[in-house]
Amino acid sequence: MRAAVVSFPGSNRERDIVMALERASGKKPVVVWHGEAEIPDCDLIVLPGGFSYGDYLRAGAMAAHSPAMKELKRKAAQGVPVLGVCNGFQILTEAGLLPGALMRNASLKFVCRQVHLRVEESQSLFTNAYEKGQVIRVPVAHADGNYTADPETLKHMEDRGLVAFRYVTADGRTDPATNPNGSIHAIAGIFNETKTVLGLMPHPEDATDPDAGGMDGFGMFKSLVDALH
Amino acid sequence: MIPNAKITDAVVKEHGLTADEYALLLKIMDREPTLAELGIFSVMWSEHCSYKSSRVWLKTFPVSGPKVLQGPGENAGAVDIGDGLAAVFKIESHNHPSFIEPYQGAATGVGGILRDVFTMGARPIANLNALRFGDPSHPKTKHLVSGVVAGIGGYGNCIGVPTVAGETNFHPSYNGNILVNAMTVGLARADRIFKAAARGPGNRVLYVGAKTGRDGIHGATMASAEFTEESEAKRPTVQVGDPFTEKLLLEACLELMAEDAIVAIQDMGAAGLTSSSVEMAARGGLGIELDLDRVPVRETGMTAYEIMLSESQERMLLVVKPGAETIAERIFAKWELDCADIGVVTETGHLVVSKNGVVEIDIPVAPLVDQAPLYRRPYVASPKRVEIKAANVKVVDPVHALKRLMGTPDQASKRWIWDQYDHLVGNDTIQTPGGDAAVVRVRDTRKALAMVVDCTPRYCVADPKTGGMQAVAETWRNLTAVGAEPIAITDNLNFGNPERPEIMGQIVGCVEGMSEACRALDYPVISGNVSLYNETNGQAIMPTPVVGGVGLLDEYTKTVGIGLRQPGQALVLLGETKGWLGASIYLRDIAGWEEGAPPPVDLAAERRNGDLVRRLIREGKVLACHDLSDGGLLVAVAEMALAGGVGARLDASPAGIPAAGWWFGEDQARYLVAAASAEPILAAATAAGVPARVVGTTEADSLTLAGSGAISLDELRGIHEGWLPGYMS
Repeated sequence: MRAAVVSFPGSNRERDIVMALERASGKKPVVVWHGEAEIPDCDLIVLPGGFSYGDYLRAGAMAAHSPAMKELKRKAAQGVPVLGVCNGFQILTEAGLLPGALMRNASLKFVCRQVHLRVEESQSLFTNAYEKGQVIRVPVAHADGNYTADPETLKHMEDRGLVAFRYVTADGRTDPATNPNGSIHAIAGIFNETKTVLGLMPHPEDATDPDAGGMDGFGMFKSLVDALH
Repeated sequence: MIPNAKITDAVVKEHGLTADEYALLLKIMDREPTLAELGIFSVMWSEHCSYKSSRVWLKTFPVSGPKVLQGPGENAGAVDIGDGLAAVFKIESHNHPSFIEPYQGAATGVGGILRDVFTMGARPIANLNALRFGDPSHPKTKHLVSGVVAGIGGYGNCIGVPTVAGETNFHPSYNGNILVNAMTVGLARADRIFKAAARGPGNRVLYVGAKTGRDGIHGATMASAEFTEESEAKRPTVQVGDPFTEKLLLEACLELMAEDAIVAIQDMGAAGLTSSSVEMAARGGLGIELDLDRVPVRETGMTAYEIMLSESQERMLLVVKPGAETIAERIFAKWELDCADIGVVTETGHLVVSKNGVVEIDIPVAPLVDQAPLYRRPYVASPKRVEIKAANVKVVDPVHALKRLMGTPDQASKRWIWDQYDHLVGNDTIQTPGGDAAVVRVRDTRKALAMVVDCTPRYCVADPKTGGMQAVAETWRNLTAVGAEPIAITDNLNFGNPERPEIMGQIVGCVEGMSEACRALDYPVISGNVSLYNETNGQAIMPTPVVGGVGLLDEYTKTVGIGLRQPGQALVLLGETKGWLGASIYLRDIAGWEEGAPPPVDLAAERRNGDLVRRLIREGKVLACHDLSDGGLLVAVAEMALAGGVGARLDASPAGIPAAGWWFGEDQARYLVAAASAEPILAAATAAGVPARVVGTTEADSLTLAGSGAISLDELRGIHEGWLPGYMS
């Protein structure tokens, strides 16, 4: 699997995801600077976490208009899979590649902690190594992760199985006390219509090392490698 | 020279210079200074920049050792950690600005210390902070906690450096002067450490980073005076931070450092362009000529005085090799940052600054720096406090006392704080907040750095020398408890007004104690910061010499945490327990008595006990380890139980030691370890001459004290985790 990671001014978790991709695929991904108008041929494009453009205006709003994003949209339309983590998820919603929006956390505070996620859909190239309903433990670290969408969009996503991950308790139940940001329906990650684009707030890349954070996030990268070789 | 505003006595006084200091200025200048020149003397000779009251004492610190690559005097210190790598670190205060404007004050404190570290060529890998707030019931405390924590998080989270450890205390002595001390640890190649000495007359001086505005003018002077009720009017002197620009500046600087382009680099911190240019020139024994018309500014009509004294953030001054200007311009353009050629290194030994083609400043650099005032201020030693016998202290049921202690502001969990800090970015944090010390891996090696900040002000006020020793020893112990070899420290000396002999006595005592401990433990001081005048309306803070310690693990998988994770393990107490309750948490929070001499620090025992513990950890004989500090044995067991989710059954207190002293005494140099079997621990302790004793066994779900009752971990957790969120909501 050849992956390209797009780096913006203010990205800060690109190394974490580069390491995770490398651990899973054995290949070093290409890092593309946001100002580049071309993204090299690849099997997967990744938007990493961080604070692109300092989150000024709105998280992800300015990055969504960078030259590399034009190219990303073009490739996504051709079916090249796209993964957006944290700030990457915010950029994808701002760019219109995923529905809904990410608002300030309900607590109005940045939150960094380990959370439990339930895998809602294992029939995708991002999640096929997991069982449907499996609970995994990965960290979150964000100030604007409070997902929202209008009722029709939500219903559509729920009906079509486009909710990828939900915040749950360790034993797999949704509970307002374990929802770190107030997201509607405890949504942590969503697919686009074709399930070729995934955006999620948590950081599976920081759970791919047995000595630091555990291995619960590795399944996502393994899924991608299995699907994309 | 331009026609000058008249420099009256009032103008001199407003600039914080005494009559004697102004007379010295006139002698150096041999003429009346311009207002801009007066401004420069004012900031360079402020307590904050010149260390005029503390310098004679700072010189007594041990600053060298086989691993020290850079001691005090540069932007940060550096130690050799093998593999051709250096750990670069420093701590710095941002107390005064944080009290006036908590979010920006704390945020720019983080920004400033990050710059100090990456100026040295190091990539920051971790931030730490030591915070002191007033009484929780004081009307300002909540607002200050909220703003400071958000500010630290706002800056560190955005720039992507994990905030991995810290400490937070509350005490009424900080009601009018909170303390915000921020520390950064970075990694550099040992043979690529950048320094700040200007070299090579004719080399160009480049200004890079953010534009200069009118913010922060005279911040250094503000930090060198006591607070009064009017201090809040000084809000405009607090700088405003932009972590996004700092992230770009960090990446651009590191990219430029990888080229063969830089002669010297210095961040513009306190006193901005003034101190950076003066210090660069002074270290190189050269002069610098600056043309302020070329400085990127974001406001119109700025005077030379304002440009030279602005403390706008995220700026750096560079001296580059001949011809390297274009490399710098290319890299800074990529990162969309200003890069302006604003001057040249000269042989004159003078700082010469012009604006609109007119020379407004012409100061000989060497006397400005070398003849800066230096005071050996009079001091009186703090009165000795009496030793308090544990037998005379009120007896409270230990389980009941534990419940109260675990929910006090100082002992309660600080999760509400560290939840707001990204402590995981980089994916190298293997000991997260809440333990004895944080552990962060050194990329591409099997090594890791352990790091911690600590100070026990109530010991320092009770006996400055012992308190100073204890602060150093406790960090050494914290690093040891995660299996690391302590290497060196950075220190942040926070005190009141040094012109008062009793405050000066605290400074002298603490420094003496710290030096003694550093020598005994081969644990030198490699950088630091002094913050004086932490007083409001004549009320000084408790003496607070915060110590930041860094240690090394050769194999990061060997580290242990504090959590008890399996039932049936032996709990072994290492070190001698006499039951010392003087100046303890128990005495203060249970008996309501803030009195007594602090526990003595025996540095030989400290070393012996610590060396044994570290060896046992490295040999894999220890499964969890916690040093005993505030609240003594029982608080330590409770913290270990909550961290790992497994409780313990503890034996009754031994005969000969009053129960309160046994459970809550704060005798030093002690560790509690969990092991599959006690035998090898006891045998090793006997061989090493370390007192050791089995105190209990781990067991599920609750903490049981033989003969005194029990408490479930759920109840204990509710108490421990409940206070801070409840207070802040």
